[in-house]
Amino acid sequence: MKQKLQAIREEALSQIQDAGMLDRLNEVRVSFLGKKGKLTALLKSMKEIAPEDRPAFGQLVNEARAQIEEAIEDTKKKLEKQALELQLKTEVIDVTLPARKNHVGHRHPNTIAREEVERIFIGMGYEVVEGPEVEYDLYNFEKLNIPANHPAKDEQDTFYINKEIVLRTQTSPVQARIMEKGKLPIRVIAPGRVFRSDEVDATHSPSFHQIEGLVVDKNITFADLKGTLEVFAKELFGENTKTKFRPHHFPFTEPSAEMDVSCFKCGGKGCRFCKGEGWIEILGCGMVHPHVFEMCGIDPEKYTGFAFGVGLERIALLKYEIDDMRLLYENDARFLKQF
Amino acid sequence: MNTTLSWMKAYVPDLDVTAQEFTDAMTLSGTKVEGYLAADRDLDNIVIGQIDQIEQHPDADKLIVCQVNIGNGKSVQIVTGAPNVKVGDKIPVVLDGGKVAGHHDGKMIEGGIVIKKGKLRGIESNGMMCSIEELGSSRDMYPEAPEYGIYIFPEDAEVGADAVAALGLNDVTFEFEVTSNRVDCFSVIGIAREAAATFHKEFHPPVVTKTGNDEDAHDYVKVTVKDPDLCPRYCARIVKNIKIAPSPKWMQRRLAAAGIRPINNIVDITNYIMEEYGQPMHAYDYDTIAGHEIIVRRAADGEKFTTLDGQERTMDKDVVMICDGEKSVGIGGIMGGENSMITDDVHTMLFEAACFDGTNIRLSAKRIGLRTEASAKFEKGLDPNNAQEAIDRACQLVEELGAGEVVGGMVDVYTKKKEPVRIPFEPEKINALLGTDISEEDMISYFRSVDLIYDEEAREVIAPTFRQDLFRTADLAEEVARFYGYDNIPTTLPSGEATAGKLPFEMRVRETAEDIAEYCGFSQGMMYSFESPKVFDKLLIPEDSPLRRTVQISNPLGEDFSIMRTTSMNGMLSSLAFNYNHRNKNVRLYELGNIYLPKALPLTELPEERMQFTLGMYGEGDFFTMKGVVEEFLDKLGITGRKTYDPADKKPWLHPGRQADILYGSEKLGYLGEVHPLVADTYGIGEKAYVAVLDMPQVTKLASFDRKYAGIARYPAVTRDISMVVPREILAGQIEAMILQRGGKILEECRLFDLYEGSQIKEGFKSVAYSIVFRAKDRTLEESDITAAMKKIWNGLKSLGIEIRS
Repeated sequence: MKQKLQAIREEALSQIQDAGMLDRLNEVRVSFLGKKGKLTALLKSMKEIAPEDRPAFGQLVNEARAQIEEAIEDTKKKLEKQALELQLKTEVIDVTLPARKNHVGHRHPNTIAREEVERIFIGMGYEVVEGPEVEYDLYNFEKLNIPANHPAKDEQDTFYINKEIVLRTQTSPVQARIMEKGKLPIRVIAPGRVFRSDEVDATHSPSFHQIEGLVVDKNITFADLKGTLEVFAKELFGENTKTKFRPHHFPFTEPSAEMDVSCFKCGGKGCRFCKGEGWIEILGCGMVHPHVFEMCGIDPEKYTGFAFGVGLERIALLKYEIDDMRLLYENDARFLKQF
Repeated sequence: MNTTLSWMKAYVPDLDVTAQEFTDAMTLSGTKVEGYLAADRDLDNIVIGQIDQIEQHPDADKLIVCQVNIGNGKSVQIVTGAPNVKVGDKIPVVLDGGKVAGHHDGKMIEGGIVIKKGKLRGIESNGMMCSIEELGSSRDMYPEAPEYGIYIFPEDAEVGADAVAALGLNDVTFEFEVTSNRVDCFSVIGIAREAAATFHKEFHPPVVTKTGNDEDAHDYVKVTVKDPDLCPRYCARIVKNIKIAPSPKWMQRRLAAAGIRPINNIVDITNYIMEEYGQPMHAYDYDTIAGHEIIVRRAADGEKFTTLDGQERTMDKDVVMICDGEKSVGIGGIMGGENSMITDDVHTMLFEAACFDGTNIRLSAKRIGLRTEASAKFEKGLDPNNAQEAIDRACQLVEELGAGEVVGGMVDVYTKKKEPVRIPFEPEKINALLGTDISEEDMISYFRSVDLIYDEEAREVIAPTFRQDLFRTADLAEEVARFYGYDNIPTTLPSGEATAGKLPFEMRVRETAEDIAEYCGFSQGMMYSFESPKVFDKLLIPEDSPLRRTVQISNPLGEDFSIMRTTSMNGMLSSLAFNYNHRNKNVRLYELGNIYLPKALPLTELPEERMQFTLGMYGEGDFFTMKGVVEEFLDKLGITGRKTYDPADKKPWLHPGRQADILYGSEKLGYLGEVHPLVADTYGIGEKAYVAVLDMPQVTKLASFDRKYAGIARYPAVTRDISMVVPREILAGQIEAMILQRGGKILEECRLFDLYEGSQIKEGFKSVAYSIVFRAKDRTLEESDITAAMKKIWNGLKSLGIEIRS
């Protein structure tokens, strides 16, 4: 019996070594260790052995079994490793083949610019607010210190619905509406669509967008206005951007200014972009006019504030070097997908 | 406003700056320079020469050979074809290597033309004699120049001197952008005052001396102003024994540089005063003034009047007329009449310097369709106190130029004198507003530099009447700021109570719309808010539809932009069509924009503005692709419950069998569908197109970004498939609604997995199969639970006329 056991063991080990494939190895395992396997059969023939020898023989069989199992396990690992290596080798792909894209859509450049401006000011503690696009003359003009017959009402070429109602020519009426609510302090920006009676061409559109800013609190200064807009310009156009404030006139601010930024293409040396000037005019701003405060129910002796208005298209056209405003309204997929 | 450097220097003699320095500094102190142009930018090496000798060219009939003395004992030989020169003439000569600005026909060459010596038909020529056109100007500005030929200097011109300087072409013209509040800066004096203050130089405005003989203008003319509101001041003076002649060169040059053509001494003086003082003037032929009286009154409605340009025009009762004892002689502040204009034969004239209500002039000029240099000035609202100084200055020039004999005295109708404004001087408030620490002395010096008076005793700043923009401390703060320098004001950030940055909820919902649309392949478009009333026909919208009740623009750019849109459909379809026309494939667009719904017409209050989320596409994808986008969007907003789709409301611009309203419970959120083939055809979209519109206020009302973790199911699900034969008219939505209703609490979901219509199914029916998933939260389901639920579902479906197959 012992010899028989030895023969089975050797046969098993030899077959394991020669198995070569996982399937074959499994066959080997079954043929020796399975229910009908040779080793199992040997164990079943134990009754032929004298009862006193059985424990010792049983142990021998178990040792052989353990040895075979170990050999199978080792070989299995080896073969699995080989198989994996083979698989990885055959699965090599040409990673330079074209990507399969999901074809996501694109935001309008105007929206990108607006959201960027919004992000900057939200970070500085501003709330984003909105106002109606069809607006009362009262808010669009009168409460902004532009009384009836003021030349500014002509200059701005307003679209009128009737005597009292206009398409707002600026986002500034939102200022008046917010101030009127009387909740102080105020730190808001108001993006939105505005309208002026300009024929469509490369640089004009009868509808465009502005972002209005308004801060009202005790002790707000012109220096605060400068500081705030400087932060804004640097965030929007880059850390090296310089700002220049020039005196200007708006009926609803005093003192008023226009802000130029150093040309972000040439850094201020002068190029085709800034028409050789090194500076690009970007927005109008100023300290809220005391009369506007009075008309909106805020005491100008207690409160001061500043306001500014940025043309969104101007920023979008400049930032993305779009040379024709009409592109913004054509919605050509070939244009939109570039943003 | 255009002015030359030399004219400003007449009042600021120490102004010694380059054009660029001037531009930069003036812009920073508040008088924005838009640009400048040097008259001699393309002129170089041009001197005054004198022709010593002329010989005929041996080989050319039309050419002559001149020996020209160019000073310093030098002489050059020049060949020319000019017909007008003779020996002894002093002429501009551009020497070898020099530059002229254009050709003698008046054509300008950018960068100029370099003149080199060379041979003309074999004879050497070392330069060129110049016409006024070649020097970059014209006979309009230099009336003494010959019509065709070389410019000839007067006899006293200095040979060898710079010809450009002698012609006054060594000057720079600045273009200023004057803001509407600075009426005083629409004059050379006003700008010069600013320049003097900006560069800290002395300002020397013209010194107006007493003029006139010992007669009295009151004996010549009587003036009555009927409407002092429309004409706050009327000044009249008389000049007799007028000698019409050309004005002197210096005056012609200044006018020419400002773009005004010199005409004769009297006209030039009025134009000169308009530039210098910003005060328009008018000269009437005194002998045409009936009754020697002037009456300023409103025109009669429909009154016809012929202006001095020979045009007959129709007035209305708001137009101010200048009349004599019998007739109208001028439109006040706009243009004089043909019947009273001065001619070369004028003997005595009436000089008028008046002040009119700016708004009325602006509106009148607009109504009668005549905007003149004068009205453009008056409409800004001039200072009545400027009128007297201007008319006196004009009379001074008449005397200086010997243009006539000025009669003493002035007839002045000035009922309500305009007084200077006194503003309390509060330096601490100014510093508080600016965020600066500027001393009182500095502030006062800034005020004084622009002729604001400081009353030390009253601690008040007195703003002269020419400054119509100064009323309160904030205005003074601007004066301080601009001369202190905006650049020198520090930069700080607002102090005080911190505020929280915030994007309002409806804008977050909009951002989600943008995100989802873009994930689904849609790009954002931008559409106009106004459109043509014709769009309703294009969209097959019936005549009585409420969509045709629109907010109308009273002064639109044209019919195509005349109504505020009540539907976003036209914008989307137009944009899809644009893309289709440009052969763009598989286009997907979305828009977030308002529609404008009037509450009542005619409009008495603001219309309702409703933000619409509009999606449109053609190419890959179908109705259900679009439906998928809608549901992705609503799900992302936490509107996760069952949306229902109602095909009953037939929108005429959509395919009648492929459209539905999107409902959530009883709330209507919008609609989607395939564009009606006729509409697609009208717009020129040659493929099936799909649209969806979500009404954002409705969506926002239901949206929420709050989320609550519901746990992951711990007990197994049981799935049952159900296959049925369904009458064709029963919608999947009805079947699902029934399954959901009957399935009870344990029903988790039902999913359509097969739909078949065709030969194997009897006529009028379709085969439909659903997978129904059951699951309980708290236990493993028993077979009996499922059987009971399925039985209820079966019964429900049977009640719809559905035949269950398994």
